[in-house]
Amino acid sequence: MESATALFSLIIALPLLGFLINGLTGLFVESYRNKKQLIGSIASTAVFIPFVIAVYFFINMNAGSEALIYKLFTWMDVGTFSVDVAYRVDQLSVMMTMVVTGVGFLIHIYSMGYMSHDEGYWKFFAYLNLFIFAMLNLVLGNNLLLLFLGWEGVGVCSYLLIGFWYTDMAKSDAAKKAFIYNRIGDFAFLIAMFMVFQTVGSLNFDVILGNLDSFTEGYMVAIGLLMFVGATGKSAQIPLFVWLPDAMAGPTPVSALIHAATMVTSGIYLISRMSPMYAMIPEVMIIISVIGALTAIVAATIAITQNDIKGVLAYSTVSQLGYMFLALGAGGFTAAMFHVVTHAFFKACLFLGSGSVIHAMEHVEHGLHKEGKDVHFDPQDMRFMGGLKKYMPSTYKTFLIATVAIAGIPPLAGFFSKDEVLAMTMNAGFVDGGSWVYMMLWGVGIITAFLTAFYMFRLTLTTFHGSFKLPTKIKEAAGSEKFLHENPWNMTTPLWILAVLAVFGGFLGVPNFIVETFTHEPAHINLLHDWLYKINADYIIEMEHWVEWVLMAVSILIAISGVWLAFRMYNNDQQEESDAKIASRFGGLYSVWKDKYNLDDVYEGLVANPTVKFSDKVLAVFDMKVVDGIVNAIAGTVRLFGSLFRYLQTGVVSSYALAFVIGVIVILYLMIS
Amino acid sequence: MLEIDWFLGISAIMFSIGIIGVLIRRNAVVIFMCVELMLNAVNLTLVSFSSFHGNIDGQIFVFFALAVAAAEAVVGLAIIIAIFRNNLTVDVTEINLLRW
Amino acid sequence: MDYLGDLQAFLPGIITAVAGLAVITIEALKSGHKSAYWVTSFSLIVALFFGIQSLGTPLQEAFSGMLVHGGIAAFGNVIILLGTLFCVFLSNDYLEGIDHNYNEVYGMILFATSGMICLAGANDLISLFLGLETMSICLYVMAGLIKNEKQGAEGALKYFLLGAFSTGFLLYGAALLYGATGTTSIPGIGAAASSDLLFLAGAALLLIGFLFKVSAVPFHMWTPDVYQATPTTLTAYMATASKAATFMAMILVLSRALPSVEGLDWQAVLSVVAIITMIFGNIIALVQDNIKRMLAYSSIAHAGYALVGLSAATPEGYSAVAFYLFAYTIMNVGAFGVVAYYERNKGLDFSDVNNLAGLGFKKPMMGVMMSLFLFSLAGIPPFVGFVGKYYVFAAAINANMVPLAIVGVLASAASVYYYLRVMVYLYFREAHKETEMIDASFLYKGALVILALLTVYYGIEPILPFGGLMELITGF
Repeated sequence: MESATALFSLIIALPLLGFLINGLTGLFVESYRNKKQLIGSIASTAVFIPFVIAVYFFINMNAGSEALIYKLFTWMDVGTFSVDVAYRVDQLSVMMTMVVTGVGFLIHIYSMGYMSHDEGYWKFFAYLNLFIFAMLNLVLGNNLLLLFLGWEGVGVCSYLLIGFWYTDMAKSDAAKKAFIYNRIGDFAFLIAMFMVFQTVGSLNFDVILGNLDSFTEGYMVAIGLLMFVGATGKSAQIPLFVWLPDAMAGPTPVSALIHAATMVTSGIYLISRMSPMYAMIPEVMIIISVIGALTAIVAATIAITQNDIKGVLAYSTVSQLGYMFLALGAGGFTAAMFHVVTHAFFKACLFLGSGSVIHAMEHVEHGLHKEGKDVHFDPQDMRFMGGLKKYMPSTYKTFLIATVAIAGIPPLAGFFSKDEVLAMTMNAGFVDGGSWVYMMLWGVGIITAFLTAFYMFRLTLTTFHGSFKLPTKIKEAAGSEKFLHENPWNMTTPLWILAVLAVFGGFLGVPNFIVETFTHEPAHINLLHDWLYKINADYIIEMEHWVEWVLMAVSILIAISGVWLAFRMYNNDQQEESDAKIASRFGGLYSVWKDKYNLDDVYEGLVANPTVKFSDKVLAVFDMKVVDGIVNAIAGTVRLFGSLFRYLQTGVVSSYALAFVIGVIVILYLMIS
Repeated sequence: MLEIDWFLGISAIMFSIGIIGVLIRRNAVVIFMCVELMLNAVNLTLVSFSSFHGNIDGQIFVFFALAVAAAEAVVGLAIIIAIFRNNLTVDVTEINLLRW
Repeated sequence: MDYLGDLQAFLPGIITAVAGLAVITIEALKSGHKSAYWVTSFSLIVALFFGIQSLGTPLQEAFSGMLVHGGIAAFGNVIILLGTLFCVFLSNDYLEGIDHNYNEVYGMILFATSGMICLAGANDLISLFLGLETMSICLYVMAGLIKNEKQGAEGALKYFLLGAFSTGFLLYGAALLYGATGTTSIPGIGAAASSDLLFLAGAALLLIGFLFKVSAVPFHMWTPDVYQATPTTLTAYMATASKAATFMAMILVLSRALPSVEGLDWQAVLSVVAIITMIFGNIIALVQDNIKRMLAYSSIAHAGYALVGLSAATPEGYSAVAFYLFAYTIMNVGAFGVVAYYERNKGLDFSDVNNLAGLGFKKPMMGVMMSLFLFSLAGIPPFVGFVGKYYVFAAAINANMVPLAIVGVLASAASVYYYLRVMVYLYFREAHKETEMIDASFLYKGALVILALLTVYYGIEPILPFGGLMELITGF
């Protein structure tokens, strides 16, 4: 193995090694499970070194570099079909690798503090390393099969980590839900993969993207749609998004790493990777944009009504992912990747901050228990919080910075990426063969931007400003402020690093027109755009510069008005009155939002309940306890058939012989006719 | 000399009677006898083809088939005895503990 | 004619048959003597050694054209012997545990194995029939091992009656093929293949005989009942070695006796059966709470995947099936082995999946191995089950049978649910109460560990410098 390959293989191998060391030693040696410092250090190092190597590769690469392919070995070789375990280091994958390992490392450090009292510490870190390994396979794989391996792998890890506290029934159900929803998307992806293979006879990205003309139009549309369905599962888009909010049952660092920064963006990565193909099928692109925009606004309206601090962030994540799909569908592949990166920074920061708050609230609960007071409350419910900025200064500051970033206030990271998403959406209406639909979608995007600024400040203000409300809500908890305190350094340091990134991350993609307007010649200040030009088949910007200025001004205004409104309504402990006000203003609409559009119920009502009723009445023996959501309904229908068919197995030999004879007749008929 | 079709027809009818017997009879011993009937129908087919083709392969096949049927009968009757000891019946419709 | 060379090439079959006689003799002279077990293991190891020796040799006829050896037949022998050997290792402890460790079992296993070797190398309808029946009759006996319990005898009765019934069809099919072509030799039948009624009906009935043995739907009804009633390690033997042998015989018959003649479309028939089998097997497996019945339906579904490869009817498809059988054998023997370990804990009923709750952490090694085998059965990479499925589906796609592959992928995706369910119970449910579990013996654990290693090894095998398995599966 030459040295570059050896160096590269460390990126992949170390997280796997970390998983094996911690997992196997923990499983077999019980005394090892308590050496928490050692376990945490091994796991973190196994992610940090790959990060350093990725940075090294990044430095040695420039925008024009050819992709480096590192083939480790041939995996399968049958006839005309062979698959290598080969990895591809190019501008896109090196960027994703740095995000995954970098943010991943920070979250490892944070988890060493957050999980320090948990019994399953060793398991947790083993799973985290396994997740990083799978995610790296996903972003670095040079062929669809390896990508799929990673794709399945992150699904399994997410399942393991959501259900981490498996003693809690609701949590293991949430885990199952997430896994099953993801599987739906995975089937679609797998079928797309087969169709690709049938057409070009290979699964390597180079070969697929180099032979796009050998696909027929219909085939390409089918493949594009199927892959998109796969992406909607993994990246929580309509109609498969309901699993993500439930997935918040997992430990908070998991929510930050998997359900905000990395795994959920893999659908966007996939479409971005296949962008030359998508650029040839505009009809699919429109569908992607529409789904993205709808998801964005639906999730944002739900977020307004949530009282669970992680719930707000979860719906916010769904909404931001919707933005990314909006950009993908509008030919802004780079814009989508840009938003992936900045979102990884500020949303990880927000989740870790919320974890810090939850940790402190749990501490309050424990403190009260120690005093002998039997007080129980939900440590994630923001109605019990308020005024935390006094007690948790670092958490407050970093949380605020990230909130400003996500709200889209210049010059923080979220502003630039969101602005580019919206600009590309509008632009798609102008390009050749563009559609007015995109202009409508821009409107949806702008409304969502307003909502985003509003609900994020609602969250921040209710949590950190005003006064601590637990003592007023629960009489016994009087004086419980004294238990509030800031968390240790290993939890705050990652917060600060992420906050700094959330401030400056946006300068990766400052739009070119800002300079071009004045110099009247092509500018190159959009670093990300220049970096990814070889990979992403972006639409060219057709808009006049003044249009772009107007769009930018509108989005700044919108963001500021959202913030202003939130300040007016939530700054001084008036969360519940203000919520009630919104509720009365919007009436029925608000309750629709609050009930999350009844999607869970709709899925249940449309498919699951009739099935249950049918089976309750028609088949008394039918066993169907957990039915929620469309997937379980499908699973339920399948089970229904299973339950029906199993009774064909009567136990009487004669009936078996009868089935046999029927089989004989059918086969004789098929053969002879 | 009779045409081969007659022999084939007779053996096909015997085979079908065997099948029907397996399907409708409830006594395990009778079901087994019907299976034996099917095997012997095939033997008849083999012998008639052997004479039709003028080679001996079919007859050799019949010898083996008979030997195998004998071995099967030994095992089968032993199993039926075991069933009778446990259940005090050999009615297959009452032997259905294993199902679903 | 070089009979000595032929005998040499058939050493695995001869060794197992002679060892079977030896075991019966030992039992007759000294009832219950331990040496029977050692003779069995030793002879199987030696047979496996000779079997591996002949891998990679070209396929050739022997014994005046009654049998073939080398090529794909040699690979079949290796699968059969490997599966048998591990089942014997596991059986000793398990049967001891349930107080049914009779020496006759080993004799039956050895005779059945020699029958399988004859079946997997059959070049004539007569030897095919003899091999199949030698195997089946021994299996009927094994199914009825627990003869003093109602369930045990019932399983044996069902297996026997339906097995004999299906023999009638197989034999009738053979007779009609003989009538249509005037020969019982498999290549001879292939040379005289036609599409007249006699030939078509003969081919269909022969296939039905095979489909019964591999438990394809709708000839599968005996499978769950028999698997449930049979002692678990012997179930593993039935589910793997006997299926492997039958599929190997099918490969030889399909590729050499039923060439593509106008009007002879067995491919379509097999693909219909494959689709029904995959769907039925997986759907009914979803609702099973008894883990042995679940594995029985899972084995039905796996027969469906293998049929996908056969329907492709290309050399690529046949070698994919051969590899698939290898994969299926090691992972399935492993899974049954772990189940058998749980069952050995007397007084605890682990046949219901609910009762497995929390055992994953209690006995970590068994838990890890069970998960590994189940992952592999579910076809999740990088285990051997995934590679096997991939070969099979890829072969189907290359033969332009995309819908078949799609159904296969969907069905196997659905199967994840019931395999995962077992793991959910093993790891994500609290143990019901303090259960004292026995420790498995060193040999038992060792056998399972080797199977687990093989499952992983052949999942990532092509990296390693010893040469791939796929290259050995050649020659028709």
